[in-house]
Amino acid sequence: MSSHASPAASGHDAHGGHGADHVPHVLDLKWYFGVWIMLMVFTVITVAVSYVDFGVLNLVIAVVVATMKATMVSLIFMHLAFDHKFNGIAFLSSLVFLAIFIGFAMTDMNSRGIAEGIEGEHPVKLDEPFGPLRSERDRELRARLKAEKAAGHAEGAAAHH
Amino acid sequence: MSSHAPAHDSPAGNAQDRSPQFHVGHHWDSADAQFDAGKTGVWLFLVTEILFFGGLFCAFFVFRSWYLEAFVSAHHHLDKVMGGVNTIVLICSSLSMALAVRAAQTNNKNQTVLLSVVTIGFALMFLVIKYFEYAHKFHDGLLPGRYFTYAKAVFPDERIFFGIYFMMTGIHGLHVLIGIGLIGWIAWRAQKGHFSSRYYAPVENVGLYWHLVDLIWIYLFPLLYLVG
Amino acid sequence: MAESLPISAPHGATPSGTNYLNAEKGILSWLTTVDHKRIGVMYLVSTLIAFGAGGFFALLVRLELIAVGQQIMTNKQYNQAFTLHGAIMVFLFIIPSIPGALANFVLPIMVGAKDVAFPRLNLMSLYIYWLGAIICLGAIVGGGIDTGWTFYTPYSSTVDGGVVAMTMGVFVLGFSSILTGLNFIVTLHKLRAPGQDWFRLPLFLWATYATSIIQVLATPVLAITMLLLAAERLFGLGIFDPALGGDPVLFQHFFWFYSHPAVYIMILPGMGIISDVLSVHARRKIFGYRAIAYSSVALALLSFLVWGHHMFVAGQSELASTIFSFLTFFVAIPSGVKVFNWLSTMWGGSISYTTPMLFTLSFLFLFTIGGLTGVFLGMLSVDVHLHDTYFVIAHFHYVMMGGTVMAFLAGLHHWYPKMFGRMYNETLGRISCLLVFIGFNATFFIQFIMGSRGMPRRYYNYLDQYQSMHAFSTVGSWILGLGFLVMLYNLLTSLTKGAVAPANPWGGVSLEWHTPSPPPTENFHDTPTVNNGPYDYDTLRSAK
Repeated sequence: MSSHASPAASGHDAHGGHGADHVPHVLDLKWYFGVWIMLMVFTVITVAVSYVDFGVLNLVIAVVVATMKATMVSLIFMHLAFDHKFNGIAFLSSLVFLAIFIGFAMTDMNSRGIAEGIEGEHPVKLDEPFGPLRSERDRELRARLKAEKAAGHAEGAAAHH
Repeated sequence: MSSHAPAHDSPAGNAQDRSPQFHVGHHWDSADAQFDAGKTGVWLFLVTEILFFGGLFCAFFVFRSWYLEAFVSAHHHLDKVMGGVNTIVLICSSLSMALAVRAAQTNNKNQTVLLSVVTIGFALMFLVIKYFEYAHKFHDGLLPGRYFTYAKAVFPDERIFFGIYFMMTGIHGLHVLIGIGLIGWIAWRAQKGHFSSRYYAPVENVGLYWHLVDLIWIYLFPLLYLVG
Repeated sequence: MAESLPISAPHGATPSGTNYLNAEKGILSWLTTVDHKRIGVMYLVSTLIAFGAGGFFALLVRLELIAVGQQIMTNKQYNQAFTLHGAIMVFLFIIPSIPGALANFVLPIMVGAKDVAFPRLNLMSLYIYWLGAIICLGAIVGGGIDTGWTFYTPYSSTVDGGVVAMTMGVFVLGFSSILTGLNFIVTLHKLRAPGQDWFRLPLFLWATYATSIIQVLATPVLAITMLLLAAERLFGLGIFDPALGGDPVLFQHFFWFYSHPAVYIMILPGMGIISDVLSVHARRKIFGYRAIAYSSVALALLSFLVWGHHMFVAGQSELASTIFSFLTFFVAIPSGVKVFNWLSTMWGGSISYTTPMLFTLSFLFLFTIGGLTGVFLGMLSVDVHLHDTYFVIAHFHYVMMGGTVMAFLAGLHHWYPKMFGRMYNETLGRISCLLVFIGFNATFFIQFIMGSRGMPRRYYNYLDQYQSMHAFSTVGSWILGLGFLVMLYNLLTSLTKGAVAPANPWGGVSLEWHTPSPPPTENFHDTPTVNNGPYDYDTLRSAK
């Protein structure tokens, strides 16, 4: 960037900047060192915990601790706690969409083959994939009712004798 | 609009002499608006980086659900100590970077330069340790995909773990390298007296990028090295 | 004011004054400009060249298919031809065109700003676009690619050819898209003039905002997909190779997580143009402003939930397919809201049958067909039969060409006077629109029928029973091509021979019509203050 003469321009002022100068938001040093210490502590914790097998919880604990570290880094080191909300919303939304991506992909990857099991128990009849025709069902039903009725008369007749 | 504390400035008369090369773009109403816009722009870029790396985390979780035993077995080959040290190194680099931004905000040119250089030092340390880790893997044949020649693998699918390991740490390492370049640029400009409480946006914005690099490692390390 | 459009410049007017076109001279001043208007014009030229190249390959493909058996190329060459047609059209034309060419030009003016938030980044977007295009060209010339624009594994991870180069080209192009979206989001948040509330913005800007959200969130996943494919080829990474424990369907998850939202990058800006052009050329305030604004953003967000509907028969689990099919029906709702609002806008309006309006009417008809057939395809049971047939091809051409391209052409003709200070020839404009409309329907409507009768897509050869339909479609493509040639002639000759354009030939109210045609480099001498909505026309239609 070349050196710039004093702001007073001759004639038409092509430069903006008539508004407020930017005033920096300066955080006290204790915040920085505080977060630094906490990050180290959490790192030690997460490494120590990894020597014990908690089974399924291994992953959960690791992610929870990592998230706590990440929160401190973003809020303090990256100044999100003191910044316009929009930046934080943008950041969080990226995590939401990432979760959608991972969630749906996992759903697919972990549910492969389930349908084969269901189809194995109820195999499709290729001749009639949607089941017997309604007209055929009705015919069968009527035939069955007729047979039952005939059987009932026969019993009744037998009972009378 | 973004400031909440008074700037630690010397008397008003000196303010305009700081960062003499700085000027507000002709399409901006104020330096404040320009600063805010630049920062939001960088945050949007960080959003893209999160989605970018996120794809790799997706691959990790997907294959972990398929090959849990292979992943747990494979991750034991990663050196927790080296990884842990690298984590500490990156955390320290984050601190020095954040302090460098603060130094620029408070007109402390020498500290800005020093802390930037310290950050680069930590970053180089990270890459050196990474180099030794990789060398060890190459030596053992713990390589991705078709180059996987490790004879004592318990499960054949351990090669998938290493494919993902190398992609994630490799691309992360590339981002560390790019960060070194960016921070070096900041240190050089700081040395030339470009930055002050009136203008420190590049320092702030490079700092945001660097913190993201740290954030990714904060997740990468426990998932790959500690859990598997 | 029942004036017929266009409103002419005063008689005998000649183009005069300094504007962004003549402010600085010389090719270097153009190549190093940070003026969003010049960058927009360069994007326009670049994307139109890409459209020509993609269209050329399309004509080749259709020519090959005019009869059974080999006509002008071998089967391998045919695979390359349709791959290039798709890749060029998607990555080099349709995604960058409206945002890069039209939005770049009008967005800052519409918000009352002197430029976008990051002018140099804007120029870099353009450079990156050119770099990506050159890399893709290298891939085509060097190894050639025949994988289809979708690069599915395992074919793309094992076949010889320029796949790595092409993936790198696409990777680079993605950055151009991301940076443009980023620039627009910040511009819309931070550079609106006093009084320019969010709900006083023209709907084209709401559409651009929604598009930019998708560009920023989705494109990075395309980037990692391309890197993973390259790594798969170069290092045998194995995550897409079943022999090494990987899953080729995972590639499709990665690919479509971007590419489905990408189709909304394609259509949303077009819908935004339609809202603006329809309102101005029917001289009626848009019906349901907030509904359209909210539905644009809703569409952007919902678009991330449905990508699996491209993978129903790919090996995706039935459970996931069912979920994706269910969610796909929701994504149709915001589009439906818009179509009804547009129709309601026209009702009681004072419609002028200008070229932009004719393209808009074409859009309404063709997009509705395209959108509805998308719902058919989203139905899991139906898609099992229609997937990978010409039905799908017809569907996406109806939405991408009948939708986006028609809207792009409407916007191009609508803002042409503003951009170049000249009026195009209205008669030629209408003729070209008619030829394009007839040619388009002749080419593609029959493909719905072909597809539902079983003609598969991407096939070099086919059974005799489809031959007459293919021939019909090919002749349609010639009419379509002719329409575009007429349009090209019109737009090029009007640059120098067209009537001088007034500042506001259409009687629009949004801010771009308050600057001269063409605008000066700084857009506005003083920052304007906005006191009314973008569609508040005074003394509307005459009593009928």
